Amino acid sequence: MTQGTAADAKLKQTQTSNSKVTKKLVLVVFAMFGFGFALVPLYDVFCEITGLNGKTNTSAVSYSDAGIDTSRTVTVQFITRNAKGIPWQFEPVINEITVHPGERKFVNFHAKNESTQAIVGQAVPSVSPGLAANYFQKIECFCFTQQPLQAGEEVEMGLQFYVDRDLPRDITTLTLSYTLYDITSKADS
Amino acid sequence: MTTDIINDSVADTHSDDHHDHKMTGIKRWLYTTNHKDIGTLYLWFSFIMLLTGGAMAMVIRAELFQPGLQLVDPDFFNQLTTVHGLIMVFGAIMPAFTGFANWMIPMMIGAPDMALPRMNNWSFWILPFAFAILLSSFFMESGAPNFGWTFYAPLSTTYSNGSTAFFVFAVHIMGISSIMGAINIVVTIMNLRAPGMTYMKMPLFVWTFFITAYLLIAVMPVLAGVVTMLLTDTYFGTSFFDAAGGGDPVMFQHIFWFFGHPEVYIMILPAFGIVSTIIPAFARKKLFGYSSMVYATSSIALLSFIVWAHHMFTTGMPLFGELFFMYCTMLIAVPTGVKVFNWVATMWRGSMTFETPMLFSIAFVILFTIGGFSGLMLALTPVDFQYHDTYFVVAHFHYVLVTGSLFSIYAGAYYWLPKWTGHMYSESLAKWHFWCSLISVNLLFFPMHFLGLAGMPRRIPDYALQFADFNKWVSIGGFAFGLSQLIFLAVVIKCIKGGEKAPAKPWDGAEGLEWTVASPAPYHTFSTPPKVD
Repeated sequence: MTQGTAADAKLKQTQTSNSKVTKKLVLVVFAMFGFGFALVPLYDVFCEITGLNGKTNTSAVSYSDAGIDTSRTVTVQFITRNAKGIPWQFEPVINEITVHPGERKFVNFHAKNESTQAIVGQAVPSVSPGLAANYFQKIECFCFTQQPLQAGEEVEMGLQFYVDRDLPRDITTLTLSYTLYDITSKADS
Repeated sequence: MTTDIINDSVADTHSDDHHDHKMTGIKRWLYTTNHKDIGTLYLWFSFIMLLTGGAMAMVIRAELFQPGLQLVDPDFFNQLTTVHGLIMVFGAIMPAFTGFANWMIPMMIGAPDMALPRMNNWSFWILPFAFAILLSSFFMESGAPNFGWTFYAPLSTTYSNGSTAFFVFAVHIMGISSIMGAINIVVTIMNLRAPGMTYMKMPLFVWTFFITAYLLIAVMPVLAGVVTMLLTDTYFGTSFFDAAGGGDPVMFQHIFWFFGHPEVYIMILPAFGIVSTIIPAFARKKLFGYSSMVYATSSIALLSFIVWAHHMFTTGMPLFGELFFMYCTMLIAVPTGVKVFNWVATMWRGSMTFETPMLFSIAFVILFTIGGFSGLMLALTPVDFQYHDTYFVVAHFHYVLVTGSLFSIYAGAYYWLPKWTGHMYSESLAKWHFWCSLISVNLLFFPMHFLGLAGMPRRIPDYALQFADFNKWVSIGGFAFGLSQLIFLAVVIKCIKGGEKAPAKPWDGAEGLEWTVASPAPYHTFSTPPKVD
C-alpha cells in the first residue's frame, strides 16, 4: 500500500516535470516562429547599412556640390527588364554613360504602353555590384513614383543622379537595372 | 543482473495479459499510445514513402536515360523532381528516424514509454494527411509543386502553377508533426532516464536524437514561417519576397537556408548515432572516444546555424560574406573528421564480423566520407561558382543522404529487426540486399560527379549529347538500386512471418538496455525502471 502511494507520488512528480519541460519547449517553438518573421526587418536593416542587396535610395537626395573628382571616370550602364505580364516597351534612351564621381548627370528612359488598356507601372531599381549601391545617389527618379499610362500612350521618364566621390576606387563600372512591374491592382487610386 | 531483468520483463508480459488495453484490428493502430506501435507505424510509413519517392526517381531516370524528351513533358518532370525531394526528406528519412527514436529511446534509457504518449499518437497520425495533400496535387488541374523542393521565390509565388497552397499546408502539417515528435523526444530523455543513467552514460544513439530534437525545435518553426510568407505573398498580396512591393527574393533564400542547413544535420546526426551503436557491437570493442563523439555532435549542431549562406555563394555576396561562410563551413569538417576517426579507431584491432548491419555501417563510413569530401569541395567559394546547380551537387547530397542516412537506416533496421519481430532475418537475402544496393548505388551516383564537373545542370529533363553515355549508366544504376530495395521488403516480411527464433541478445558484442528484455520486445517494457550503475 505504502509502496503504491510512493509510486503514485513519483508518477505525479514526473508528470509535473514533463509538462514543465513541454511548456518551455512550446515557448521556444513560438519564439522561433516569430524569429523567422523578425528576420525580415533585420534583413532590411542589415542591407541598408551594408548596401548588400543593391537597393538604392528610395526618395530623392539633394545634390551636395562637394567638387568633381576628375581624376577618374566611372562607366554607368543602364539595363531594363519587364516583369512577367506587363506589355510595355521600356528601355533606356542611351545604354551607357561615363561620369566623374561627384558629377551630376541626366538621362532619359522611354516607356510605351502597347496594350489596349490603362496600366500603372512601377520601376524598381537595383545596382550591381551591390556594394556600389550606397554610392549611387538619385537626385530625381521616375522610380520614386508610380507611372500610369493610357493604352498606346508613351512617355520619356527622367533620372538625375551622381556617383558619390567616396566610391571605392576598384569599382569602375556600375550597372543600374530597372525592373518594371505591373501594379495596376495595387496602385493608389 | 541481466537475467533478472529478463525475468522481470517476462513477468511483466504475463501480468499485461490481464490489464492490457490493447485493442484489436485497425483501432489498435489508430488509438495506440504505445511507443512500439507508433515506432512501427512511423517505420512502415517511411518505407512506403521511400517507395513512392523512389518510383518518381525511376521516372526521372527513365527520362534521362537518353538525351531528348521522351517520356514526360518538362513541366511534369519539374513536378517529379520537386515532389521526389520533398517526399524523401520529409516523408522517408525524417519519419524513419522518428520511428527509430520511438522504438528504441524508451528501451535504451529504461523508460516505460515516451513521456507524452497521446501527443505521440497525434504526431504520427497527422503525417499521412500531409502527404495525402501533397500527393493529391498531382491530380489537380494545377499539377503538383514544380518549383524544386527548395521552393525559391518567385518560382513558388509569382510563377507558381497554383499548387503553392497545397504545398504550404502540407509543409505546415509535416512541421507540426516533426515539432511534436521532437518535443516528445526531449521530454522523454530529460525526465524518464532510469535511475543512475546520467547524461554522459546515455547511449550515443540517444545523444544524437537528443541533439537532433533540439535542432528540429529550433528550425522547423522558421520553415513554417517562411512557407507562411510564401502563402501570403501568393494569395494575400503581401510582398515579403516581391521586389515590386519592396520585398527581396534573395531574402527568401536566406530564411529558407537558415532552416535548410540545420535540416541537413537533422537528417544525418541520427545516422551517426545508429552507426556508433552498431560498429562497436560487431567490432566487439567499446566505442572509441565516447565523449568526443558527444562534443563533436553538439558542435556540428551549433555550427549548422552559421553556415547557411554557403548554399547561396552565387547570389552576389560581398567577399567578406563569402569568406565567412566558407571558413565556417570548412570548420564543420573538423568535428565530422573526429567522428570518422572514432569509427575507424573503434574497428581497429577489433574482432570484427560482417553481418548485414555491420556491412551497411562500414559502407556508411566510407561512402558518407566521400559525400563529405565533395561537400568540402562545394564549400570552397571560388570553385562553387562552377559546381553550383550542377549534377555535382546532386551527387554530393545523394552520397550523404542515400549512402549516408538511408544506409544507416538499413543498418539500424537489420540490427534491431530481431528485437522487433522476435525472429532472425534471413542473412543471405539481406546480404543480397546489401551487395546489390552497394554496387548499384555507386553506379547511380558516382558518375554524377563527372557529369556535374563537365557542366550538366540539375533539374533539367534534357541534356547535351556528350553526357549521354554517363547518363545511361546512371539510369541503369538507378533502376538496379530501385529494384534492390524490394529485396529489403522481402527480408522484412519474411522476418515478421517467421524464421529462427531470436534470443534476447542476438548480437555477441551488443550493449544497452534494449538487449536485456526478451525478443520480441514485450508490449510493455521497463514498467519498473532498471538500475544503471
